[in-house]
Amino acid sequence: MSAAGPLSGAPVLEVEELAVTFSRKGEAPVRAVDGVSFDVAPGETIGLVGESGCGKSVTSLAVMGLLPKRGVSVTGSVRFNGQELVGAGDSMLRRLRGADMAMVFQDPLSSLNPTVPIGTQVTEVLLEHREMDRKEASREAVVLLDKVGIPDPVRRLKEYPHQLSGGMRQRALIAMSLACSPRLLIADEPTTALDVTIQAQILELLKELVVDTGTALVMITHDLGVVAGLCDRVHVMYAGKIIESAERHELFARPRQPYTGGLLASVPRLDASRGTPLRPIRGSARDAIPWTQGCAFAPRCDNAQDDCLTEVSGEIVPLEYDGPGRELRCRHPLEYPQAPPGATALGAAR
Amino acid sequence: MTAVGDVRRRRIDELAAKAGAIPEGDGGLSLTRSAIRRLRRDPVAIIGAVIVVVFLVVAAFAPLLAPKDPVTQYLLSEIRPGLIPGPQEGFPLGVDNLGRDLLSRLIYGSRQSLMIGVVSTVLGLVVGMTLGVLAGAFGGWVDTVVMRFVDIILSIPGLLMAITVSVLLGQNQYSLMIAIAVVQVPVFARLLRGSMLAQRGSDYAVAAQALGVKKGRIVFGHVLPNSLSPVIVQATLSLATAIIEAAALSFLGLGDPDIARPEWGAMLANAQDFLSVRPWLAIWPALCIIVVALGFTLLGERLREALDPKFRR
Repeated sequence: MSAAGPLSGAPVLEVEELAVTFSRKGEAPVRAVDGVSFDVAPGETIGLVGESGCGKSVTSLAVMGLLPKRGVSVTGSVRFNGQELVGAGDSMLRRLRGADMAMVFQDPLSSLNPTVPIGTQVTEVLLEHREMDRKEASREAVVLLDKVGIPDPVRRLKEYPHQLSGGMRQRALIAMSLACSPRLLIADEPTTALDVTIQAQILELLKELVVDTGTALVMITHDLGVVAGLCDRVHVMYAGKIIESAERHELFARPRQPYTGGLLASVPRLDASRGTPLRPIRGSARDAIPWTQGCAFAPRCDNAQDDCLTEVSGEIVPLEYDGPGRELRCRHPLEYPQAPPGATALGAAR
Repeated sequence: MTAVGDVRRRRIDELAAKAGAIPEGDGGLSLTRSAIRRLRRDPVAIIGAVIVVVFLVVAAFAPLLAPKDPVTQYLLSEIRPGLIPGPQEGFPLGVDNLGRDLLSRLIYGSRQSLMIGVVSTVLGLVVGMTLGVLAGAFGGWVDTVVMRFVDIILSIPGLLMAITVSVLLGQNQYSLMIAIAVVQVPVFARLLRGSMLAQRGSDYAVAAQALGVKKGRIVFGHVLPNSLSPVIVQATLSLATAIIEAAALSFLGLGDPDIARPEWGAMLANAQDFLSVRPWLAIWPALCIIVVALGFTLLGERLREALDPKFRR
């Protein structure tokens, strides 16, 4: 589906037309993820970017098969190494999880069990998937903690999550998810709960691991700084759909979707002159209209015109080819005649 | 593992060897230990703990502590209608209407109270926790069935339930304990189930699931230990309730059929006929019940706070 083919070899993960609907008795069903398609090659890092509530996390949970079964319907296809995961059995998913695909969550404190020492939580994964005995497992746990840069790992094994600093906790979680050298790692806003210097360290760590092991990394974030430093390809999501995909540099240089442009314009820049106000995107994600009635972003969009808010021949705004390696869902994208890319072009487009 | 990995592993082995064996139990300050540490600094908790400990010691060493035999009758010549001898040489609290030493009976009575309190609470705890774990771990229809059953038990007033059960089981020492346990089952079941449900949706449970940990292991290794603290607290408080309830049932004549065996509730019931003659016969056992119940309650309350992560620093 993605315009750019996988970088090298067969993709580890192929997501096709993934849709997740939450339904509740007496309420209209909510379509949190709506026809999302992307794939990830070994060693590749892709970013899923968007505001809160755009469906990023639900996408990742759906890929891992971690959504509750009741009241949730997942359709489409998620193939891991060619193996279909949507509708796959629990025991098969469990064997894959942790061993071949792993996930790092947003809040490292609440993602660790407060009553169990770190060591036990790390060895648990090893015992589960790698058929080690306890002694081997705890030795391996020391190696893992050392690998993710936790000082004095032997002592840390005995400690409880509340005795570790935030960065250390996130490292421990990363160690757990890397315990079995998974082929796919999904990181759901792994740095959101951390302060900036620790963020940088954690990102550096993730980057190293991807390079070292050839793990495919799906980075879910609302932080464009993270994307800029880490991701090869970026998919921007809005209201459950991908609205723009591009290679990282392309996206930052010439965002085509006004939403992407707005996201970039709302990030403070060092090279902007002092006193230049940041331009936030108007409104909030709650102002989205259903995709069936036009472009969900239209109510907040500066470029919106009449046809953005009307359906054209019953079709929703399609995700279309937009130059090599790019896809775009927009009827009136930002244009870049010949002007050099960057903030000025963005300003001109407005 | 690659060569680099081997080198690294060797280095870590060396480090570990140099540090000596990994110090057992060092490093980690578990929830339990930090709770105990906080309790030790809390005067109210200490008062509660002292009361509980004194009670336990008295119960354990009753034969050594009691000055007289609790069932032997003394001073029979001095007892007549309208007169029961008060404190005097050899009988610090006087004797009851049958001439038995009150102090010794109180001391021996603590055994009975402790036994009933502990046995019935443990019984209620085990059954209640089993039901709670079933409901909390499986959810769905198991949850519905278990919880409706528990609701039915809960809808019957506690004392009425206990009376019914002990009548149904016939009058013996154990029916009292079972009766009190039955009343406590729904409390523990609901508490554990609720707290497990809250923990099941927690991030670390999902994280463990994302790492492919088995469901049973998630429930017993992660969810259950985190759900236990309200149950532990409730158990402490329930001990107090159980002691009071045991006294109430004995007072109503549903206690131990062996009337001679000293028991605080039965002593209280017995004393009501002589309230105008010697009110102390009622006041002393009542005081014992109150103080012991207070001790457990104070300790339980403070334990709740000590185990609450919100208060943790």
